[in-house]
Amino acid sequence: MGNGTSIGRVRGLGSSHHGTHHFLSSRLTAVGNLVLIPFLMISLALMPSHDYATVHAWAAKPLPATALILIMINTFHHARLGVQVMLEDYIHEEGGKIAAWLLVNLVPFAGAAFGIVSVVRIALGGA
Amino acid sequence: MAQAPGKRPLSPHLEIWRWGPAMLVSILHRITGNGLAFVGLALLLWWIGALAGGPASYQTFLDWVWLAPAGGLQTVTAILGKVVLVGLTWAFFQHMATGIRHFVLDIGAGYELEANARWSSLTILFSVAATSVFWAVVLLH
Repeated sequence: MGNGTSIGRVRGLGSSHHGTHHFLSSRLTAVGNLVLIPFLMISLALMPSHDYATVHAWAAKPLPATALILIMINTFHHARLGVQVMLEDYIHEEGGKIAAWLLVNLVPFAGAAFGIVSVVRIALGGA
Repeated sequence: MAQAPGKRPLSPHLEIWRWGPAMLVSILHRITGNGLAFVGLALLLWWIGALAGGPASYQTFLDWVWLAPAGGLQTVTAILGKVVLVGLTWAFFQHMATGIRHFVLDIGAGYELEANARWSSLTILFSVAATSVFWAVVLLH
């Protein structure tokens, strides 16, 4: 801790030098979502039917499959950044911080991996 | 100590305020964003996982979220499914509109009181209109 002067009291409490990266990543992935999610929603809205054959045939095509995999990467990244900010604002106890740290660093990767494996299976055959 | 803690001046007006559109869309941005992250992405994974699993697992997804052919508990979850899907659509459009608003604010524009309030209100108008159009297309297409 500091020696009681104004500068001494704030030293070490400021920027961890990752702030701009977090901020810019959030904006960058937002732009990605701005393209990807409307593509998904418009595609789903315009589908003639939502039965298995129609939806599976659509998702197996190269462009939709690529978009779906990009959603698994980009949207999960964007969600991870946003949820992290929310947790930082509301969780202040050490135990809670550790739980939040685990949640934010493990769950989005697991979810995205499951999503990508699913899209690959749809696109490259299997079921 | 350069400044004794607890003796800093406090605003005399901390309790004098009323809701404004900017405050509303600010908290809505957080609520819709986290709703989309926890509920939306979970549903997205269930959907894509069911689709990857084959016709039977995809039918299970449809039955529990929308169709409810078995009745009983499925009737409840299918009503819930429709409410959640419409809610997620609105949440997406609201989050998208306030996200674009944040881009404008990021470049330092749109802070004038009147413009700020007007664009804030417009995000809500947009999200409700876009949700209606989206579901009209889905259901009438």
